[in-house]
Amino acid sequence: MTDAVTTAVGSDEETEAEEAGRAIDQRTYGFWIYLMSDTIIFALLLATFVVMSHNTAGGPGGHTLFRLPQTFAKTMLLLASSTTFGFVSAAIAVGQRWRVLAWLSVTFLLGLGFIAMEISELYGMAVAGAGPWRSGFLSAFFTLVGSYGTHVSVGLVWIVLSGCEVALRGLNPFVVSRLCRLGLFWHFLDIVWIGIFSVVYLPGIL
Amino acid sequence: MPAPPHGGEVTIRPYLVGAVLALVLTAIPFGLVAARPLRPIQIFIVIGATAIIQVVVHLRYFLHLDLKPSSQNKLIALCFGAVVLLILVGGTLWIMFNLNYRLM
Repeated sequence: MTDAVTTAVGSDEETEAEEAGRAIDQRTYGFWIYLMSDTIIFALLLATFVVMSHNTAGGPGGHTLFRLPQTFAKTMLLLASSTTFGFVSAAIAVGQRWRVLAWLSVTFLLGLGFIAMEISELYGMAVAGAGPWRSGFLSAFFTLVGSYGTHVSVGLVWIVLSGCEVALRGLNPFVVSRLCRLGLFWHFLDIVWIGIFSVVYLPGIL
Repeated sequence: MPAPPHGGEVTIRPYLVGAVLALVLTAIPFGLVAARPLRPIQIFIVIGATAIIQVVVHLRYFLHLDLKPSSQNKLIALCFGAVVLLILVGGTLWIMFNLNYRLM
């Protein structure tokens, strides 16, 4: 069960494939620049959080709100999903459509697990009276973690759509190019999470 | 087997190496925060250092960024992003903490 990604037989087709390759490279580069601008947004949300981190207004601080095992579990889910997306890329390289779909599903489930944990964490905090209205610290925390969760949710929707595309159209160069950018986005989100657990959770618990 | 159109040989190996390195670099700060064998300031430094190393590991093994000419444009964009980030974040923290200090 092996679909060839490109069929470079004649010289005409080869130049066509080269052109398609260049177009894909350009799109990847454009997407990379978007990722850099997204990094700046997250870095500024982190900086805002650091500025607000002591403004608890008599409310609960990070020490009472954050749980180390929960944070570790979320980190592991994200790292695992980033790794399984790597397996998706490897499956794309050898053109195995069903392996791509299988690893995409695993990646989706791991990402969904992360989002479920995050929603339950934020909901639990809000119900316990530590919602974003409680203090400047919590406003900054909810803004940062909320926008992170939104990004991961968008990634999950994107994974579902890409999965449908692979299932329906197979691994043609355009589908592969989109998967390639989805991979960049997904690995990038894991890098942002390193910043969040190193700046928000671990110093908060310490 | 034809190569993928985005170029480069993609196998599982770099992802496994990256995952193991990332796992170790995550376990160190979490373990230190759980056990607290050092003073907080020392733990802060270790958290910062492992985070920076882990970002480099992710860029190298997951995003395949290297020093070859093929990823030069991406590296330049990354460096520009890093400069903007340092100015914005460094400036924000400097100004806000300075203001806080003066208003105390």
